[in-house]
This record gives sequence, structure tokens and C-alpha cells, in this order.
Amino acid sequence: MTMKSLTNLFFAGFVAMLLAACSSTTPESDAAGSGLGGSGSGNGVATGTVGDGSIGGADAYDAGGLETVFYFDFDKATLRPESRSALQGHAANLRSNPKHIRLEGHTDERGTREYNMALGERRGNAVRDFLVLNGVDTSLIEVVSYGEESPAAAGGDESSWALNRRVELK
Amino acid sequence: METNPSIYALNIRRYRRIWWSMAAVFALLCASLSARAELSIEITHGADNPTRIAVVPMTLAGGQLPGDISAIVSADLDRSGLFRTMARENMLSFPRSMAEIQYHDWSVAGIEYVVVADVQRPAAGRIKVTFSLAQVAGQRQVFTKFIEGSDNELRDIAHYISDTVFEAITGIRGAFSTRIAYVTATPEGGARAYRLLVSDADGARERLILKSKEPILSPRWSPDGRELVYVSFETRRPAVFRQRLSDAQREQVTNFRGLNGAPAWSPDGRSLAMVLSKDGNPEIYLYSFASKAFTRLTNHFAIDTEPTWTPDGKALLFTSDRGGSPQIYKLTLAGNQLARVTFNGSYNARPQLAADGRTLVMVHRGEGGGFVIASQDLVTNDFRLLTQSALDESPTVAPNGAMVMYTSRQGRRTVLAVVSVDARARFVLPSQSGDVREPAWSPFLK
Repeated sequence: MTMKSLTNLFFAGFVAMLLAACSSTTPESDAAGSGLGGSGSGNGVATGTVGDGSIGGADAYDAGGLETVFYFDFDKATLRPESRSALQGHAANLRSNPKHIRLEGHTDERGTREYNMALGERRGNAVRDFLVLNGVDTSLIEVVSYGEESPAAAGGDESSWALNRRVELK
Repeated sequence: METNPSIYALNIRRYRRIWWSMAAVFALLCASLSARAELSIEITHGADNPTRIAVVPMTLAGGQLPGDISAIVSADLDRSGLFRTMARENMLSFPRSMAEIQYHDWSVAGIEYVVVADVQRPAAGRIKVTFSLAQVAGQRQVFTKFIEGSDNELRDIAHYISDTVFEAITGIRGAFSTRIAYVTATPEGGARAYRLLVSDADGARERLILKSKEPILSPRWSPDGRELVYVSFETRRPAVFRQRLSDAQREQVTNFRGLNGAPAWSPDGRSLAMVLSKDGNPEIYLYSFASKAFTRLTNHFAIDTEPTWTPDGKALLFTSDRGGSPQIYKLTLAGNQLARVTFNGSYNARPQLAADGRTLVMVHRGEGGGFVIASQDLVTNDFRLLTQSALDESPTVAPNGAMVMYTSRQGRRTVLAVVSVDARARFVLPSQSGDVREPAWSPFLK
């Protein structure tokens, strides 16, 4: 990887993020209590659109069949041994063909939301640190924690919780 | 102070013109929503010795009102846990003034107080309620007052009556005229739709503040009750936003890598405490609206999060696992003094203080592993469990300190519940569709 291609890569990523930012503004909102819903849908709120804000596009990382979801124990941010081989595979991919990736950290619903936001970040950081230790450029990795806000399974039992304590590599 | 907060419009004379323009639209909306407007309240656990009170039906002689004022007042008082209201069908008479009260009838029925009212239409679309509180034992009038508003303000009128009655009997300022902000998550087209909503404290008159496909969390009120601050993932990262309620004008406050969360508006309105991990680790920062500068307040490799202000604005309480498990700490801003506050059990998080600065409520992990709401008196350190469900979260204290609202898991979804701060009365606000999260009780709005 030459310096020039790296620079190009960063530039492409930056443009993608700018575009994403442009397309993801204007969530629906309304003045509380004013009842002035401009476009007047049934419940009196203005309607607009929220872009999905996808970043990456054609430059997205291709996991090549490797596992991309890594699970954690309750209130822990330590990688499980079984996560290592897939992550080493990702590290090899990203060393040979650097791409921007996102590590999205998640928790189960137990505990408070903002504390879980921090816990999800810890989990994302654990995966990031493992990848960096295995030679991946840290600047390629963005960790975003969703805490307990985006569960993979909706149930309120251990089997669902176990599926929700995870980091997704994207 | 010049613009109408407009979410709060009982002060009719001053804001009449603005209100009228809104009222026309609102009238239509209210009509379409009224079918589901009245929430039924399930008291799961009442006070041991509630005050028995009768709120006599308030009707318009020779006319119809657009809502049932006395039903709203009765529901308010019942929800406080401190009162038990008399069912309308058990009343022997419906007096409209002090002179018409037959004290003996109410006394025999065990009623301690009676609220009677005369309702008039001073003008088309206007309601004037002259209401009196009578004490049965003393056969005396406690007060007679009046309140006037438009048809669209019928609920405001009712809550005003509730507040007045509540304060006259308990000595505690009523908080029925306040609002709550909360977030819902609803399945929509294979994904989730997140909504930030504001409603009256009784759950009625729900209004959309923000809708997004990405998570919204941690709404908090500005001290003047005119703005919300919250975290939105709409940029695919968490970011702190502030939004004015009257015109939905919003501003993105943060855009850092990592956590941007748990904003808490300072009591003087000038700054936000929040959590950022931009320097590698979740730390508490202070953001000044005037200088737009961020000042770091904590410095520890542990998780520091969920800051909340003491009412005097001189200290922050926050959650930290620096001692090995999440506990609540107090950071006094002058001199940066840190002290651990909670010692009961292995998990105490998300502190919220009542306006007295003394009653701390939090999420506590019980011995059985369930998460419940607990309180701690910061003077006596008396620790008390307020709830006993398996998964209770996000406590928020009413501005009068009498009630705590929180979320509770019921089966596969979460609902809003309320418990009195003495833990004697609990009820569930039967909710809207979807999961309800993170209620934030407004300050007093006028």
C-alpha cells in the first residue's frame, strides 16, 4: 500500500461520510404543542424523511465469509477465545486490502442505557484492539456503540440476551 | 421570556393571540384523538391510608363540554397515591356550590373532602370553572377559586384544579400540569422507528418531537421547560442535540468520535454535563453554550457516565465503575472533590435527584439479579427499594418530589410506571404501542 493510495482511500471515505451526512438530515419533527403540523398527517405532525445515512458504498469491506458477529459474556468486554480465529482472518484481510470498517458494540437490556452505551463501546474497543494488535491500521476502524438500543433478539431471557451482547463488524 | 413556550398555555391573557392560531388546528387534532385520549389507570398498590375525596361532576348547565373535567381531576388525584376518589355512581347528589353541599351525606360515605364547581361559558369556546374545596369534618370551605381557558385547554384547566386541591390538602405543590418526554421504539417495515414524544404527565396529549430510523435516547429538559436535549443516532453516530419545543428548531451540539451521551442541562441553563469518549475513555465533560467549550471533569480509565446536577448546580452525581462495579459518585465542581455516594449492593446507576437535593433515586440491582428503582436519603443514607419488578429503568422524579416515573418491562415490551416516593402507591400508564423508554419529567412549567 503506497502512501498515495492510502491518501486516496481516506479521501474516498471522507467524501462518502460527507455524502452520508448530507443525506441524513431532517428527521421528522414538530413543535410540541403547537399542533401546527405543516404537512398535516393524521396525528398532527410534520413529516419528512430520515436518510439511512449509509456510508461505505462500493468501498465497503467484504468479510469474505468470515464470521462478523462476536459475542460477549454479561457485563464483560473480554473477547471469547472462539472469536479469535475469525478476527485474525479479518486482520489479514484488512492488512492486505485496507478498508474502513465499523465495529458496532451492543449490550443486552439489563443495566442502564447510558452505562450500556459505554459497555458497548468497551466491547467494540476490545475487538478494535485485537485487530490493531494483529496489524490493522487503527485509523481504518471506527467503534460505534449502540448500547442496548439495537437488540438482535427481542426476548427478555438469557437466550436472547446472549445474542444481543455482541460486536458487529461492518 | 418573550416568546410563548406554547407547550404551556394556561397563561391565556398574555399569550392569547398566539394560542388562538394554534388552537384552531389543535381543536381538529384533539377531536380526532379524543377516542383514545382517556387513559385508564391501574393502581397496582395504593397508599395505606389515602385521603378520601369526592370530585363532583363538573357540568355546563344547558350545554356540553368537550371533555370530562372532574374525571381528569379524579384520575390525577388517584394517581398521586395520596388520595382515593369517590366513584361518581356512589354520590347521592351533585352539588355545584358550597351552599348545595349536604355534609351529612358525604360524612356517612366516609368522604373527607368534596370538590364542587360551577362551570360557565363566558364566551363561545371559553370555559370558566369556579371551584371550591370543602372539608367535610369541619363543614367548612377551604377555598373557592376560578380558572378560565379555551375549550382546547380543558385538560389544562383540570390539571390546574388538581394542582390547587392537591396543594391545599397535602401542602405539596401539585405537579399535574407538568409534562413528560420519552422515547418509543416501534417495529416499522422490518426495522424500528424511534420517536421522541412529549405528553402531559398523565400520558394524554402526546406530541411528536422527533422521529428517526436510528436510536434516540436520553432526553432531558432545559430548566425553563422550553427545550429538550437528547442523543440521536441519525448521523449513524451518537450525537447530542438540543431542540426548542415551540418551533422545533434544533441544533447539533456534539459530533465527536465515540460516545456522545447522557446530556444533563445545568440548573442555570448555561451548560450541559455529558459523556464523551473522544479522548479514549468515557468521561464527564462540561459544555458551555456561551463559549462552546468542552471542559473535562473526570479522568479515570473506568466508565464514568450518567451525570446529573444537584439542584444548586454546584455538584454532579454520576455513575462510575471505578470501584469495580457501577456505583454513584458525587463530584463537587469547586475543588473537584469526589466522594462515593452508594454502597448498597453491586449495581447502583443512573442517579436522579429530587428537587430537594436530598432524595436520590437510581437503578439498583437487587439480590435476585433483577433491576429495580431505589432511593437513598443523602442525609440519613436511608436506602429504600421503590419497585420490585425484574427490569425497571430510567427513574425520573416529578418536580414536586412526590412521584417517580420509570420504565418497567411487561412481557415483551416496556411501559411507563409511576411510584410515589414513599413507595406506597404504584401504577402503570397503559401505553401507546411499542416499547416506551426513558421518561424525563419536566420542571414546573410556569
